[in-house]
Amino acid sequence: MEGLSALPRLLSTFKSGERGVVNALASHGLTPKLVEMGVFTGKEVEVLFRAPFGGPIAIDVEGYILSLREDEAGLVLVDQKTN
Amino acid sequence: MRKIALVGNPNTGKSSIFNLLTGLKQHVGNFPGVTVDKRTGSFSLPSNELVHVLDLPGTYSLFPRSEDERIVMEVLSDPAHPNHPELAVVVADLANLERNLLLYTQLNDLGIPSILAFTMPDMAEEKSIQTDLSKLSFHLGGVPVVEINGRTGQGIDHLKQLIESFQPPMRSVRFSTVELKSLINDPEAQIKDTEWRFGKIREILRKVQQSPPREKHKNFRSRLDDILVHPVWGYVIFIGILMLIFQFIFRFAEFPMNWIDGTFAAISHWIKANLPEGVLTNLLAEGVVPVIGGVVIFIPQIALLFFLLGLLEESGYMSRVVFIMDRLVRPFGLNGKSVVPLVSSVACAIPGIMAARTISSWKDRLITIMVAPLMSCSARIPVFTLLISLTIPEGTIWGVFNLKGTVLFGLYALGLVSALLAAWVFKLIIRSREPGFLLMEMPAYQWPRLKHIVMHVKEKVGIFIVDAGKVILAISIVLWALCSYGPSGRMDRAEEVFQTSPDAQTLTPDEFERKVNSVRLENSFIGIIGKAMEPAIRPLGYDWKIGIALLTSFAAREVFVGSMATIYSAGEDFEEKVSLLDRMRREVSPTTGLPIYTVASGVSLMVFYVYAMQCMSTLAVVRRETRSWKWPIIQMVYMGVLAYLAAWLTYSLLS
Repeated sequence: MEGLSALPRLLSTFKSGERGVVNALASHGLTPKLVEMGVFTGKEVEVLFRAPFGGPIAIDVEGYILSLREDEAGLVLVDQKTN
Repeated sequence: MRKIALVGNPNTGKSSIFNLLTGLKQHVGNFPGVTVDKRTGSFSLPSNELVHVLDLPGTYSLFPRSEDERIVMEVLSDPAHPNHPELAVVVADLANLERNLLLYTQLNDLGIPSILAFTMPDMAEEKSIQTDLSKLSFHLGGVPVVEINGRTGQGIDHLKQLIESFQPPMRSVRFSTVELKSLINDPEAQIKDTEWRFGKIREILRKVQQSPPREKHKNFRSRLDDILVHPVWGYVIFIGILMLIFQFIFRFAEFPMNWIDGTFAAISHWIKANLPEGVLTNLLAEGVVPVIGGVVIFIPQIALLFFLLGLLEESGYMSRVVFIMDRLVRPFGLNGKSVVPLVSSVACAIPGIMAARTISSWKDRLITIMVAPLMSCSARIPVFTLLISLTIPEGTIWGVFNLKGTVLFGLYALGLVSALLAAWVFKLIIRSREPGFLLMEMPAYQWPRLKHIVMHVKEKVGIFIVDAGKVILAISIVLWALCSYGPSGRMDRAEEVFQTSPDAQTLTPDEFERKVNSVRLENSFIGIIGKAMEPAIRPLGYDWKIGIALLTSFAAREVFVGSMATIYSAGEDFEEKVSLLDRMRREVSPTTGLPIYTVASGVSLMVFYVYAMQCMSTLAVVRRETRSWKWPIIQMVYMGVLAYLAAWLTYSLLS
């Protein structure tokens, strides 16, 4: 069964293939932009792939792909979905 | 005449609609005081009424975070703005409706009459997303809607009809009660407002849209991404594609470039032969025509490069390159989006600098522009080839590497390393209000639309000819005048002295004419300046003849070879006719009696060419792209200082 893990984690720590629901966003100059691009509380996200050497992360945001740097992903707190 | 504006997210097919509406009747200008391009065009309605259309930069929201986005907000929120539209066509991608509708709700609340144009029906169908558009229109207060297929043009006539018969909807809806303009400096409130709007949009979409549960199996996109962003294959493929691009450019640009060269030379020749002798004829034949030829000659490279980059951009691959390269160039203050402009600069810095336009962060873009000319461009090749064959001895290193080849490789590597280091320094120096970020959409893979790319190429070539061409023309005329004139009658007197000298009588007509040209150049203003600056360049190992060539090749680096040929009154084709090489080899310093061209002075000169900003066309393009003389001047000075110091150091170490 699908469920949410107990503790939310930063999106930057998610591995490829891991999914979750956005729990909260840290306050930062970039946060409004993240929200405008569709990353807001309640949104489902899945890490699709990560660039090597700690490079950017590509996530699926309910139907489209967003790429963001590790520190940018560090602004997003996600409840991991387990199944 | 009606004024409308196109508004929408990036990657929604907004420019497709702009192209479909205006066809060839479009123009790129700029908004006063900023570096943002202003794309405008016109078309006629079924009633023959002319409509003026402004294609605003793509944005996700009206809250600005870049110069482009600030323009969108200014134009739309200020009814007194000269570009404020009577009507907005909001372009929204059917496959990503939720995110795309945010902008529409903001425009609606600003009170701007709008039509919603939905694009990418094929993409939505592929994802099995079904939207009831008339129901959606109803929930949005009765806004006119139209579905447009950017590939086939289907729906565009309907859009024109809607524009013609536009009536504001009877029912006005507001999505948020907060005044948008009051939130511009309040990020927390912006977040709240945006989340509120998304809540409303989701509520509406639940009633009008059906989308299947997300598929878990592998699709075409994910299979392609498995390879293209692979930690090993991703880079291998990228390098392979770069190789192909360069093969293409060098193979196919050379032919039209030679043709342009020949044609303009023939025109000059014809003018000289057929017009009455005089200043005007000379200006035309030796000044204006070659200069126009000098601008036109860049077109094949610019067009080919933008065509190939257009293929990468349109297919969706470019964002994958940005993705895998970002981390590698970040320590140097660059962005993943800087990589393609910099690599393009190996062919020619002009398209490279123009391609930097896709970098949304101003600071990252400026750094890319500032260091791009350090990448060794193709115009340096003739200079390097001449100097290497002149001063680098035959031989190998460790019995494997050809010495001449190693030097050439070293020069390219020096350019690349210097570009990265310079970027790192600029990162520390340039201050910026906007923090650099990557955050970008990775568009789905799709077949490139040829028509779209051709329009893009035309636009870039047009910008180069019109905006940079003016500056290049002005500088070239000054350079030409300095080469062709000297202080009152000095050139003529020198020519007379030479003609009456005993040597002159023994020369063939060809040699005679070359020698005359050489004497004239030596006594022109530029010759005099070249001689005067000899003390300044002697520490680098150069004499006044090299000084003259340095000055004339400010027009373009490869002019160095031609100038050397004139100065040594030899043929230009140094590979076939060895006379130029021989003459340069025999050149000795009058004070010491030692040869001028040694390994030390040769390498010093090549290092000088790695660094020096010897290309006025690049400067003109930097001015166009930064909309000020400040940056091209800083660029010329910093590269000039680097060139001088590095050449001096090289000469001191090697001699």
